[in-house]
Amino acid sequence: MTPSMEAPALFAGIAAVLAAATLAGWLLRRRFGRTATIENLEARVRAWWVMVGLLALAFLLGHGGVIVLFALASFAALREFVTLTPTRRGDHWALAAAFFLVLPAQYWLVGIAWYGLYSIFIPVYVFLLLPVAAALRGDTTRFMARVAELQWGLMICVFCVSHVPALLTLPIPGFAGRHLLLVAFLVLVVQASDVLQYVWGKLLGRRRIAPALSPSKTVEGFLGGIASATLLGAAMWWMTPFAPWQAALMALVATLMGFLGGLVMSAIKRDRGVKDWGRMIEGHGGMLDRLDSVIFAAPVFFHLTRYWWTV
Amino acid sequence: MSDPAAAIARILTTGAARAITGVRGEWRAEIAADAPRIYFANHASHGDFLLVWTVLPRHLRRRTRPVAGADYWEDGAVRRFFGRRVFDAVLVDRRPDRRSGDPLAPLAAALDAGQSLILFPEGTRNRTEERLLPLKSGLYHLTRAHPQAVPVPVWIENLNRVMPKGEMVPIPLLCTVTFGAPLPVGAGEDKASYLDRARRAMLALAPGATA
Repeated sequence: MTPSMEAPALFAGIAAVLAAATLAGWLLRRRFGRTATIENLEARVRAWWVMVGLLALAFLLGHGGVIVLFALASFAALREFVTLTPTRRGDHWALAAAFFLVLPAQYWLVGIAWYGLYSIFIPVYVFLLLPVAAALRGDTTRFMARVAELQWGLMICVFCVSHVPALLTLPIPGFAGRHLLLVAFLVLVVQASDVLQYVWGKLLGRRRIAPALSPSKTVEGFLGGIASATLLGAAMWWMTPFAPWQAALMALVATLMGFLGGLVMSAIKRDRGVKDWGRMIEGHGGMLDRLDSVIFAAPVFFHLTRYWWTV
Repeated sequence: MSDPAAAIARILTTGAARAITGVRGEWRAEIAADAPRIYFANHASHGDFLLVWTVLPRHLRRRTRPVAGADYWEDGAVRRFFGRRVFDAVLVDRRPDRRSGDPLAPLAAALDAGQSLILFPEGTRNRTEERLLPLKSGLYHLTRAHPQAVPVPVWIENLNRVMPKGEMVPIPLLCTVTFGAPLPVGAGEDKASYLDRARRAMLALAPGATA
């Protein structure tokens, strides 16, 4: 296959899988009627069509399109995070800066491929300067907690998410012009792992793996989902600079991080007393519900790739 | 409707409201489709009626008019453009010394013409830590005089955090507009009793309320 045909072939493959899922949902509804589970399944599949369509559009527009797509995803994620965070009037400048200065600056740095700055901008400079913006307003009530929560939100929603498009900036020998496929590899493996954990859990799930955090995650879903997503990663090695066994290992690390990320984000939702972060994506919840696993996988996947495969 | 400048301004303002607040409408009850409605909501920000308006289905939005203070919306060309042409507000003069006749007359005229109203029975923006200020009596008189109109309690959540008083830059936060079950005045019900029920109906729609 020529490089220019790889992405179209990939999206055609995804469309075929989604078409099969749409057909399965239709058949299930004909067989069992409109149950809540089937309606949720169909809503999820419909949302997948939209999300894959947006990803395909971003790929058509090239690197800039993918960077803008993930910047918008960061915006939606940070909005959900701050909505569930008890902020005060005194946070106004810090919040405005987070949304309108920090977020665009981080993606601009990714856009100009300035690794030395985008990898420390939020963990160092924003970490030091945002508390100053909050302190200057003079409101000391719960100051430490407010500052820490906003910094954590920026790390999760902006810094970590930006490591997906940051893959486009890696100088990998012999991989020129194929970086978008590496982005697709990470997103597909992690999202497929979520779907496969859900499917295995629904089919075989018996023992809950973390009852205090998530009632729906089971040992069977975890093992089946991680194993099958790892195999999927190995089968998609051709999209990456990795050998098949390396692709399997990278997929394993990414899916494990994704699973753990889901647990962490569930703990926060539990604490806040909500089931979902938002209602942006029908059947899935909010942007953070869909991205939680990618958020925890992306920086690790990025740095492993950078350490072993770049010059 | 043949006012292109106002039409463009409507699209831009509702689009901006959606982009910043991702606002969603939530309907807790079925409401008769054809009767005019009196939406009464909590009031913490100048953007409140814009959010209610944004989440209304288009066919309802077209005949729904906000009730607003004339002293604010008549002040200057920009506010007049938005108040009159963009949102087609029913303007009420809140200064007793400046008004003549029944202050509710323009509202009654709109309801009689089959239009719906968005009003804020607290009478002014709530800048306190209280969730809701005491309700003014206009709501009671209006609903009692117009039994054909359906009074609908509304709760707007979070907009006060998006744009606190005195700030210039809005913070993007998710907002929700919740519409409750219709709340008509009971036969022979007095003002205090109705306003108390209306107040509790509004608060019951707020997130975290034990309904």
